[in-house]
Amino acid sequence: MAVAAIPRRETTVFRTCSATGLKVDVAAERLIIANAVAAVVALLVGGILALLIALTRWQAIHLLNPVWFYRLTTLHGIDMLIAWIVFFEVAGLYFGSTVALNARMVKPAIGWLAFALMVVGGALLNIVVLTGGADVMFTAYVPLKAHPLFYLGYILFAVGALVAVGLFFTNIIVAKAEGRYEGSLPLFVFGLVTASIIATYTLLSGAMSLVPAFFWSLGWIENYDAGFYRNLFWGFGHPAQQINLAAMVAIWYVLAGITTGAVPLNEKLSRLAFILYILFINLGAAHHLLVDPGPSFAWKATNTSYAMYLAVLGSLIHAFSIPAAVEVALRRRGHKRGLLEWLRRAPWREPGFSALVISMIVFGWIGGVTGVTIGTEQINMMAHNTMRVPGHFHATVVGGTTLAFMGLTYYLIPLIFRRELKFKKLAIWQPYVYGIGMAIVSVGMVAAGLQGVARRHWDITFTQAPFQSPVPGTVHLALAVLGIGAIIAIIGGAMYLIVVLASVFTGKRVEPTSPTLVIDPPPAMGYLSEEEEKDPQLQPRGTFVLVLAFLMFFAAYYLSNWWLLGRAWMVR
Amino acid sequence: MIAPPRVWWKPLGRLERSWFKLAFVWCIFLTAMMPLWFFLGRQNVPTTTYRVTAEQFQRQVDAFIQQYQVGTENGFPVVEPPPGSDVYMLARMWQWTPVLKLKRGATYRLHLSSTDVQHGFSLQPLNLNFMVLPGYDYVVTITPTTAGEFSVVCNEYCGIGHHLMIGKIIVTE
Repeated sequence: MAVAAIPRRETTVFRTCSATGLKVDVAAERLIIANAVAAVVALLVGGILALLIALTRWQAIHLLNPVWFYRLTTLHGIDMLIAWIVFFEVAGLYFGSTVALNARMVKPAIGWLAFALMVVGGALLNIVVLTGGADVMFTAYVPLKAHPLFYLGYILFAVGALVAVGLFFTNIIVAKAEGRYEGSLPLFVFGLVTASIIATYTLLSGAMSLVPAFFWSLGWIENYDAGFYRNLFWGFGHPAQQINLAAMVAIWYVLAGITTGAVPLNEKLSRLAFILYILFINLGAAHHLLVDPGPSFAWKATNTSYAMYLAVLGSLIHAFSIPAAVEVALRRRGHKRGLLEWLRRAPWREPGFSALVISMIVFGWIGGVTGVTIGTEQINMMAHNTMRVPGHFHATVVGGTTLAFMGLTYYLIPLIFRRELKFKKLAIWQPYVYGIGMAIVSVGMVAAGLQGVARRHWDITFTQAPFQSPVPGTVHLALAVLGIGAIIAIIGGAMYLIVVLASVFTGKRVEPTSPTLVIDPPPAMGYLSEEEEKDPQLQPRGTFVLVLAFLMFFAAYYLSNWWLLGRAWMVR
Repeated sequence: MIAPPRVWWKPLGRLERSWFKLAFVWCIFLTAMMPLWFFLGRQNVPTTTYRVTAEQFQRQVDAFIQQYQVGTENGFPVVEPPPGSDVYMLARMWQWTPVLKLKRGATYRLHLSSTDVQHGFSLQPLNLNFMVLPGYDYVVTITPTTAGEFSVVCNEYCGIGHHLMIGKIIVTE
């Protein structure tokens, strides 16, 4: 397309990145910075809450009183799952639709409107919860009533996010029309488009569940059916995590590219995997309704399995494609011996690489396996609302998504904030500390949940209750593991915040010279030639063995859960 | 991160193809397990549900307690219904009522509902969990296969007294 469809009136101010040669729209850059800063502030607040909550669930310490435990658990969910993740995703969407395509931010004013709505909504949620107006948990299940401003805060935030998603689509369409990039979108941006498509229907479902709740809290609607609300809310709550999934996978490809020069081995396969997400992943909303009164077996089984586990198939594709891309890139640079020499020679000191690897392991081996297992219709009877649920999503959203986002931040600081990264040593160790801490947290939670410990519960020993429930020592052990893991993860989180805040506010202004932080020179990205694709030395054999091991672990965990279920009372 | 080559619609590599097939077969296995267990397994998620108002359910529970009460424990009525009958357990902030006395090996239709907010029925240490929603009478057809004392924990957050909400089911030989 040689002639631009829209006549080009260049009023946008671009700077050229000295490290990558990309053209950066200065207006887009300001929006990226604002959203990223808001995300980090939310992470800071949410992290402090995480420590207090974990030290309460660690029964030996039992720090908070019940009022503050429930209140802060509510806020922890909101600040982490909503504020931190969505603000960071909006920053990522703006980056992907402008900088990555050499394109411009079409309407910066709309971007600021979205930002303002999200900040006001987020602030409202924090204020209402902290002043005691909404001790209802993140899920706000009707008919447990919160202050109307709580629902309003949710709605404002969701509308702001929806506006940002709309701006992302506009940017991409205008970039194509103006001929800013040629050919297909890079896979990373394709992944972000996937995330945004999922975000659109997710946020609409959020509005559908929360607007009536807002009216109901004001007394304009008298009855709001509990089961109906759950159905609508989870059309928002679960796919919201799938937005994170798609964004995280897109970032995995970026981190693999920056740190090892990896390119997708087969664009067709990787893009198919993203399309499977778009088509099937929202069915996962049913995971939360598996032991609800109402829906039939057929409805539950069809939805919980994403039709035929087709969204899981998408994840299994990425689970192979990304490490395979890394393996081939490293083999190409000469690490060809045996199955796993490339893994030994990988850039383990580069924070983006360690964040990628640990994020993939925690997400897949812990989060993915436990998620598919407890999302099985019958097995869910042994898992619903137990600690197995937070055990699953702390591995996916925290050990997976959050760690991937953290890894990417280290590269955005020199490239977008144009500040020198301070405390680089701390940054090198941070993904290990944080990732291992979160893995321990998740394992502790799953172990407690397998023994029936309820989530969102202040006192499982029932000291003041009319009846007692025996709590074996192994439960206390699991909760102590959770607490210790949380302390390690909090240290890792603090390391991240120190590096980021110190760099952004006190770092030296620099024009970056390299996209990498430790590796010198940075690995070049390039697609394989036809001869290279056929070279037996460059086949991802090591990855194939690793994913086989993963599948065996998956099968062992999954089948042992069926065995456990077979020992329970008969129920129909 | 970088733009792909102009033509990227290529056949899969050998290992890619093998993994894709293997993953697909695993997904089909995962899908097949649920209907297989539905027909052959002995633990399946109950689906029988009736609409009920709080007042109706309260009346049903009151009548049930009056008919079969055999004692009280900590202020809660203890009820021993005949094997094979309809039994009721009501959830409200922050109690499960009544205490049930069941026979091992007998099958009961356990009706669960709430008269206020959402609650979670969590039978411990067996670890069987069901949602209890206001407006819905959820019928769990259950056959205790082990005897002993079991507690019913509420595992859906239901307000500030959530951690005080615990009920009891006694299973005798």
